[in-house]
Amino acid sequence: MNLEPVIGLEVHVELKTESKMFSPSPAHFGAEPNTNTNVIDWGHPGVLPVVNKTAIEFGMKAALALNCKIASHTKFDRKNYFYPDNPKAYQISQFDQPIGYDGYIDIEVNGQTKRIRIERVHLEEDAGKNMHGEHGSSYVDLNRQGTPLIEIVSEADIRSPEEAQAYLDTIKQLIQFTKVSDVKMQEGSMRCDANISLRPFGQEAFGTKAEIKNLNSFSYVKKGLEYEISRQEKVLNAGGALQQETRRYDEATGNTILMRTKEGSSDYRYFPEPDIPNLVISDEWISDVKASLPQMPKERVARYVDAYKLPEYDAVVLTATVEMSDFFEETVRHEADPKQASNWLMGEVSAYLNSEQVELHDTAMTPKALAEMINLIADGTISSKIAKKVFRELVENGSDDVKALVEDKGWVQLSDPSKLLPIISDTLDKNEQSIEDYKNGKDRAMGFLVGQVMKQTRGQANPGMVNKLLKEELDKR
Amino acid sequence: MAINEETVRQVAKLAKLEIEEESVHAFTKEMDSIIEMVEQLEGLDTEGIEGTYHGLQQHNVWREDKAEKGTDREELFKNVKTRKDGFIEVPEMFENGGSEA
Repeated sequence: MNLEPVIGLEVHVELKTESKMFSPSPAHFGAEPNTNTNVIDWGHPGVLPVVNKTAIEFGMKAALALNCKIASHTKFDRKNYFYPDNPKAYQISQFDQPIGYDGYIDIEVNGQTKRIRIERVHLEEDAGKNMHGEHGSSYVDLNRQGTPLIEIVSEADIRSPEEAQAYLDTIKQLIQFTKVSDVKMQEGSMRCDANISLRPFGQEAFGTKAEIKNLNSFSYVKKGLEYEISRQEKVLNAGGALQQETRRYDEATGNTILMRTKEGSSDYRYFPEPDIPNLVISDEWISDVKASLPQMPKERVARYVDAYKLPEYDAVVLTATVEMSDFFEETVRHEADPKQASNWLMGEVSAYLNSEQVELHDTAMTPKALAEMINLIADGTISSKIAKKVFRELVENGSDDVKALVEDKGWVQLSDPSKLLPIISDTLDKNEQSIEDYKNGKDRAMGFLVGQVMKQTRGQANPGMVNKLLKEELDKR
Repeated sequence: MAINEETVRQVAKLAKLEIEEESVHAFTKEMDSIIEMVEQLEGLDTEGIEGTYHGLQQHNVWREDKAEKGTDREELFKNVKTRKDGFIEVPEMFENGGSEA
């Protein structure tokens, strides 16, 4: 049987607020265990959760970036479950009135654009973290408990593991441009569960689905879905029937492991959260939030091509991350030539970030310094060869004044004829054979002589100027 | 009867309550009478009336995003039976593979 995978993804994204969703305890990562929590997070009797307004706005921003409509009336609900990562025994979430709904994103796979619809974006709180130890114990840190989250639920529009990856890449990119989250799967600020079923090509009805949890990296999502497709295919092709179940991706083997079947599934008994009054979101508030959103990658690409005359390829590469894109724009604002700024960022800078496994903000280089360096190359103050040394200095130590830096280091290119001429004459005196070769039309002789002058000046001579002067001197001999 | 004994056992299980088998019958009668009372509402004509999700007519009650130091861990841990290195120690939990969030 020829089977088609039908995939829907649930993506959780942590919002980068100062305080938690419903309590003022710090929403920061990396503190001593159980120090960034308070009695509200622990659900002590008599406490009152109060909504963090910024978390609502961040949720709206993310939903708008995913082309969702924003609900004019929205509310919170309790989702009841028992697990030690949440001492309240319920999670405050949104059940039937999510803040965002009816969205979509366009993904690109093999040069084809495909629209994936988004069913809903809702706000909720994260749970604490369990560490599984030895001796039959687990260890709980509630610092993450109550951190604001959004859950993004796609429609079942995804048809392959590649599309699933492209969907995640695009979600990550768009959310990152809104700056409401770090969206890093490796740090857990973006997490993914998948629903997947198979059906014969052409059939309208969905098959029996499995939910896959613990897909905590882009490659696990792909591997987990690939494994699951082959598992379900085997069952169906052997004439068997699947059962609705929840499975866990096992990082060690790349397999999915049965966690529970539908019979064992939880009944969350959602009901409206009585502690939190409903929210009413005015059109005016929505337009204000919309206006505060940074420009999204698609619009930036169009602007770079149009206003900066960049090739579309450059524009797409520069807008892969908001950090790179902002850095580029700042560099251009400091009067660097856009194409030169693009070349440096896509070339030397990206290579450096890659080899050092760091990000732009980890380096000491500022957009202003990069712009100054680019302009020093353009006006001939430094050679492009020396620029590589300058670049190294900028990323490692930074500089407020790149011109002063290159002067200080003695990296200024030697272009002054009165300083170059004696060196050229000296070189010619020592290489009479080359002069003869040059006169006999051997082009290589010229190259050799330029090389000798460069060597004499330890690479600081301006090659264009050396060429020009050398030619004049040769013609005099 | 809106509530049967099976429902009572299921609700108890979901709420992680242990109830004596001999009290199941009494609970069933009690819960059934509660449901019956609430069911009287279905006799009302609610055509065109929007659902009520909250008892309060207030809306948009929120706070600004300012962080305050957490509650002192020692205070919080007064309710913690077993602990280790600042963590709460609990019986090993694997079954559902972690958080529901």
